[in-house]
Amino acid sequence: MAQDKDAGIGKRHEDGVDHEYAFGTRAIHAGAIPDPVTGARATPIHQTTSFVFDSAEHAASLFNLQTFGNVYSRISNPTVAVLEERVASLEGGRAALACATGMAAQMTALLAILKAGDHIVAASTLYGGTVGQLGIGFSRLGITTTFVDPEDPENFRRAIRPNTRAVYGETLGNPLVNVFDIEAVAQIAHAHGLPLVIDNTVASPYLCNPFTFGADIVVHSATKYLGGHGTTMAGVVVESGKFDWGSGLAAKNFPEMLEPSKAYHGVKFYETFGDFGYTMKARMEVNRTFGGALSPLNAWLILQGIETLHLRMQAHCRNALRVAEFLSEHPLVGWVNYPGLASSPHHALAKKQFRAIDGLPGASGILTFGIRADDAVKAGERFIDACEFLSHLANIGDAKTLVIHPASTTHRQLDEDELARAGVRPDMIRLSVGIEDVEDILWDLDQALRKAVA
Amino acid sequence: MSTIQDLRRILGTCRTLAVVGLSPQWHRPSFFAAKYMKEHGYRIVPINPSASEILGERSFPSVTAAAQALAKDGLKIDMVDCFRKSADIPPIANEAIAIGAKCLWLQIGVIDEASAAKARGAGLDVVMDRCVKIEHARLFGGLNWAGVNTKVISARRPQQLFY
Repeated sequence: MAQDKDAGIGKRHEDGVDHEYAFGTRAIHAGAIPDPVTGARATPIHQTTSFVFDSAEHAASLFNLQTFGNVYSRISNPTVAVLEERVASLEGGRAALACATGMAAQMTALLAILKAGDHIVAASTLYGGTVGQLGIGFSRLGITTTFVDPEDPENFRRAIRPNTRAVYGETLGNPLVNVFDIEAVAQIAHAHGLPLVIDNTVASPYLCNPFTFGADIVVHSATKYLGGHGTTMAGVVVESGKFDWGSGLAAKNFPEMLEPSKAYHGVKFYETFGDFGYTMKARMEVNRTFGGALSPLNAWLILQGIETLHLRMQAHCRNALRVAEFLSEHPLVGWVNYPGLASSPHHALAKKQFRAIDGLPGASGILTFGIRADDAVKAGERFIDACEFLSHLANIGDAKTLVIHPASTTHRQLDEDELARAGVRPDMIRLSVGIEDVEDILWDLDQALRKAVA
Repeated sequence: MSTIQDLRRILGTCRTLAVVGLSPQWHRPSFFAAKYMKEHGYRIVPINPSASEILGERSFPSVTAAAQALAKDGLKIDMVDCFRKSADIPPIANEAIAIGAKCLWLQIGVIDEASAAKARGAGLDVVMDRCVKIEHARLFGGLNWAGVNTKVISARRPQQLFY
């Protein structure tokens, strides 16, 4: 499979080279060394709004960003910082910024580089909430978005205008679970001096690292697989550190990365902080002023989840593939869409971009299907009501199996055209396959299908 | 020369830093870096022919002039930290070797393989294309609080406080 990042594990010590830790070790350790004061091994929850200054001079240095430290938890917090560093490490990025929710993270990621008059080119198959944020929320701020069918990467090139400042997509669309060709679209974005922003929520960093394929900024709803237990809202913005804001077309497109910041007393973010200048700009100019900070307790809960991310994602993938195969053969099911199935049109791209689980591309835990019935929409609603322990709710990436009918819930605000563009069929049922015993999941699906068409 | 172990040793043993190309303007990266290092206990020796004093320290026109002046007080320059373009490095590297510095440090974007090889040959540690402030902050000084991937993985309690 394309990226087996752990191929190097087990390597013996080599002089002159830092040991490279594999994914599972970083999921548990990255960002979290023992507390220097108490020796506490688990990450302490720093539940405090503010941090004392040692002196007026120290305060001035902190405010000038001349020394690293904490001032106020709306800007940074030591517990939240552990989460930031951990996700940065798992994505193979340079730096990260945690936010209150996934929606806050994507807003922060984009507002760090966009202003009124700018334009985004985005995949039309994005999560409905993101379509709303970009298409409606941002348009009220004077930032417009063109949504294009991501199946042909050239659609992104055709939609780029002189005022385009970002290209946006999802590794795995939600709920269509279409696989985004990161490498092809990154090349198009870079040819125009633009960063490619990728929402990697559904794949999680365990299955895919978009930076490997040329993405420049990754956003996460950590609420989903990173947290993994449906308890806690959080979002993360990660920067690759490889986008050159300082030369070529990019320097013309993003002068505010180079010029003295009006929003932060004259700091030149790219010159001063180099390959984490974008993250510092997002932190100081956007999260600090728009108020999307993550609480330390929520950061800690997400960290607990991440410690088992690698184990859970393997289980999600195995269960989802088994469910997809089961539904494909079920006489009451009309169609199944899961990129882990060899019959999926996205299977080749999944193989290229996703980590292998048991020798097959790990395609995460989301799949969709439709019931074979005269009135498939009605049957779908009856199916959801008939589930015994599969939970009917509007989330994904939980340890529990979740089920929903997008057209009447998550994508309810979209009109028929938008639904069609998002690929949401009226009869579509979305499953977020959990990590329960798979035989029980199959049993509940089967009995609910029978009731749905009875 | 840039493993975590090497950088800990270099930043732990070099205490007096000649900062070549140090700007007196507060918002310049060289000023950020030198102010940070000074606040973290390092002696800063500004090398800038057009300034007389930066960060409260006397500025010298060259590394050699600074080394001679410091020698009168029995002090030595441990590290020559360069905020200059790559093409300007060869003579500075020669000066660093001549004064017996322990380390030649070239900041981000400053790359001169020939000078690096020469300095290594003369027994100096050479760090290239890295920022002395960022590396110090990464290993000792709280860069983790800015969400940066420090790549430090350890179960040992740090023996100094971040601040």
